Amino acid sequence: MKKLIIAATFGMLCSVTALVPFSAVASGPSVHLDKANNDLSDKESLKKGFKTFINYCLGCHQLQYQRYNRTFTDLGIDEAEGIADYMYTGEKPGDHITNTMSDKESAKWFGSAPPDLTLEARLRSPDWIYTYLRSFYIDESRPFGVNNTVFKDVGMPHVLQDLQGVSTKDEHGKLSPAMGGSLTAEEYDVVIRDLTNFLEYVGEPNKLERKALGYWVLGFLFFFFIISYLLKKEYWKDVH
Amino acid sequence: MLMKLFTDFMGWIDKRLPVTDAWNKHLAQYPAPKNFNFWYFFGSLAMLVLVNQILTGIWLTMNYEPSGDGAFASIEYIMRDVDFGWLLRYMHSTGASAFFVVVYMHMMRGLMYGSYQKPRELLWIFGMLIFLVLMAEAFMGYLLPWGNMSYWGAQVIISLFGAVPIIGDDLTLWIRGDYVISGATLNRFFALHVIAMPLVLVILVFLHILALHEVGSNNPEGVDIKKKKGSVKPEELSKFTFHKQYSEKYDIVDAVPFHPYYSVKDIMGVAGFLFLFCWVMFFAPEGGGYFMEAPNFTPANGLKTPEHIAPVWYFGPFYTILRVVPDKLLGAVAMFGAIVMLFALPWFDRGTVKSVRYRSKLHLVNLIQFAVCFVVLGALGTMPATPTANLIGVIASFGYFGFFIALWFYSKNENTKPVPERIAD
Repeated sequence: MKKLIIAATFGMLCSVTALVPFSAVASGPSVHLDKANNDLSDKESLKKGFKTFINYCLGCHQLQYQRYNRTFTDLGIDEAEGIADYMYTGEKPGDHITNTMSDKESAKWFGSAPPDLTLEARLRSPDWIYTYLRSFYIDESRPFGVNNTVFKDVGMPHVLQDLQGVSTKDEHGKLSPAMGGSLTAEEYDVVIRDLTNFLEYVGEPNKLERKALGYWVLGFLFFFFIISYLLKKEYWKDVH
Repeated sequence: MLMKLFTDFMGWIDKRLPVTDAWNKHLAQYPAPKNFNFWYFFGSLAMLVLVNQILTGIWLTMNYEPSGDGAFASIEYIMRDVDFGWLLRYMHSTGASAFFVVVYMHMMRGLMYGSYQKPRELLWIFGMLIFLVLMAEAFMGYLLPWGNMSYWGAQVIISLFGAVPIIGDDLTLWIRGDYVISGATLNRFFALHVIAMPLVLVILVFLHILALHEVGSNNPEGVDIKKKKGSVKPEELSKFTFHKQYSEKYDIVDAVPFHPYYSVKDIMGVAGFLFLFCWVMFFAPEGGGYFMEAPNFTPANGLKTPEHIAPVWYFGPFYTILRVVPDKLLGAVAMFGAIVMLFALPWFDRGTVKSVRYRSKLHLVNLIQFAVCFVVLGALGTMPATPTANLIGVIASFGYFGFFIALWFYSKNENTKPVPERIAD
């Protein structure tokens, strides 16, 4: 039993020490990111985010690895309803969520082709997306008249300016509240949180399923460990 | 009735192939020291992970497309459209890191208890070859998702061969099969990763175990369980039956048959290991950005270098040794030298006492400093190269190589403790 405790402690120590530096290094460059606090199990939020994506993002950014019907199923959208509300250009439900803009043309217009966003939340983190979309400010030196504190000299315009309005940056780098949008700052944050939530979902559609299965597997292994320990003890009686 | 059928069947087989004899020789009547501790789980765990990699690898191959245009998309296809494809992929990717965790632990065990010493030198060499092939296997596998870190990581490592004088450029061209890393490189890495390397790996593991069973297992005390024939009183002999290959030549003491004693114990180890493994796999499959690096979620792009190119964590120690040497060629030499030192360990150690338990304080300190340096080198390998990191890296590299040099000097006339005749209860 003593040995078992030592082994267990060792295992715990290993996993703890292994996880500590993870959070420190993986964060990348030192831009302050606001917490998105999105909730993948909130289907209403995911649906709103999906809608925002279709209306504002899909013109330029594809989700080329994700299918419409998979999204409908996971978000609890009826297929007929999905076709009516989310598919505007005659695709089939089994199609990937793509647009018809060519990379060559768009690179000419924006400097570089708008990236596919299927895995953006895994590439940059949900917090990054949440902060980035709330960090545009007026900068007349840029082609579209806006710049971004999270992504310096970004090639894209502030597509959600209708909603948020536009902020200005003072000499300390602080953004002052946006003016002229149709939403209040709080309402805009909710829209972005929903969009972030949707992009995190699209990055790994099976994330919730994975965790749910994980609890069952760990539960099983816990009992299996106890049984295997008792079995080992039973066999080793005649050695000691 | 059924039992008789089985006995008859095995009799038929045994007349043609000695299956029962092999079972007894290697499992049911293989004498294993009775005092294996925690560190002895990692050999069987390495086998478990190998089987995991092969099985999940086969299923991944069924849906993976080895081409520059299709590789990245086919991984996302596996993640989204293949039933439990995400699970197979995570089992494989987490398994890669787990493989190195258990192999490093397994090697540390060998270091602690002198399992590389005479007569186990060849066993150790086979183990080191496995380690070497495993690194090649992991390196080639990491290119296959065709993410941007896959691409640039491979770029850095392959360019090392360019440091070889005269033939360097031709050599890198030959490895890549192209002037840059391309679909041609991906295709050959795929072939090597799924056929060549695994085949070599399995053969080496087979030889590793045969060599182990020829010389017998060491143990934490470093005391031999095989005594000269006739030197042990009959009542002190092990009460178990061992295969005649072992018992005819030696008197065997303090041993148990591997099966069932260590098979049931290893099942317990497997359960414990799988708990930790599944914990990572189900709740943090990216390993905090260490098992799957964030830039790999965007496709390979020869024009867009990731901000900080870091090899996967398990190459960290060797990558740091490479990086702290200012000259590229000398750096590569130092890196390969670090592995050569490990190969030559049985000859650096001139001592006869195996276990650290009965060796000098100096050896204990040397061993600990080596382990610490190895971990520090590994951590530095994943971090950007700052002057401070570089300085620490140089010190840790000296610690790494110093372990072997110091060992060679003090092991000849080491102040060891008396080793007991028998394994105590």
